[in-house]
Amino acid sequence: MSKKELIVREEILGSNKKVAAEIRGKMEAAGVLVVNLLSSPGSGKTTLLERIVETLKPTHPLAVIEGDIETERDADRIRRKGVPAWQITTGGACHLEAKMVGKLLPEIPAETKFLFIENVGNLVCPAGYDLGENLRCVLLSAPEGDDKPKKYPKAFATADCLIITKSDLIPYLPFDLEKAGNEALDLNPRLRIFVTSALKGRGIAELARYFIESRVNMIQHQRHA
Amino acid sequence: MHELSIVASLFEILEAKARENQATKIVRVRLKVGKLAGVVPEFLQTAFDSYKQDTIAAASHLEIEEVPLKVRCRKCTAEIEKEDFVLVCPSCGSTDLEILEGMELLLDKIDLEI
Repeated sequence: MSKKELIVREEILGSNKKVAAEIRGKMEAAGVLVVNLLSSPGSGKTTLLERIVETLKPTHPLAVIEGDIETERDADRIRRKGVPAWQITTGGACHLEAKMVGKLLPEIPAETKFLFIENVGNLVCPAGYDLGENLRCVLLSAPEGDDKPKKYPKAFATADCLIITKSDLIPYLPFDLEKAGNEALDLNPRLRIFVTSALKGRGIAELARYFIESRVNMIQHQRHA
Repeated sequence: MHELSIVASLFEILEAKARENQATKIVRVRLKVGKLAGVVPEFLQTAFDSYKQDTIAAASHLEIEEVPLKVRCRKCTAEIEKEDFVLVCPSCGSTDLEILEGMELLLDKIDLEI
């Protein structure tokens, strides 16, 4: 018997990253912008997505993947809008992984321009898993409080955009919009910030435009690459 | 609490490395975990200790080295170790910082018996 020290230096989640890179490659080549939505439970991901779907659908075919621990409820809500949606139920796991998304890719219709992935409601674990997205959006609803970015740094530090939701409630809450934005910008100075209310329609058009522009940039970037 | 699924991914690598090296046992596993990796070392330890039962690493010892957040300012080239996650250069105030260390979740080294 002999002993051996083996230097590995391998990323533990390297296999997830590899699958994510494959998804990104395939989707970019097909002209599909992939958006990963992260937030705590109840911050309004599905309701926001319903508004976004209504706004984009007339001009841009899209598809949605819903991640939850249990039930088909969220996918049903999206299907009612006439958009293909798949539910991943993790059965207890607190996040989606790239391979779960990868399995669904063959089912996505060829004309799709956007794939939205609603992650399991959780501000901690999903932040560690690349799903092959081009854009990572973190949602913060006004009732959660303006102090959340620094309490959950990884989610905000790794996002491309911050979407403040339920902004119609701000007048009734001790929520300082500027403070929330500045906390998030401290962690991530390049973060784009959108203030929305799915109920009142505020900020939805701007957000939809951001997704459309991001897709155009992705396609142009590909041509130059 | 995704430490158990991280440990499951870790064991995929451990078992592959043990096979490649025809090891009979893994006796030590060393990880590097960045402060911004979003992982709790204590939970990782607990998950590892329960997962290792009946595996090639059953008698192994897990060592976790925590890696602080280290950034380089692209403007004034200062390299700074940060206690907080405020990504602003303390020397020149620039926000154009590159994260050098502190995000990693790395299997660094393993000790095998062959």
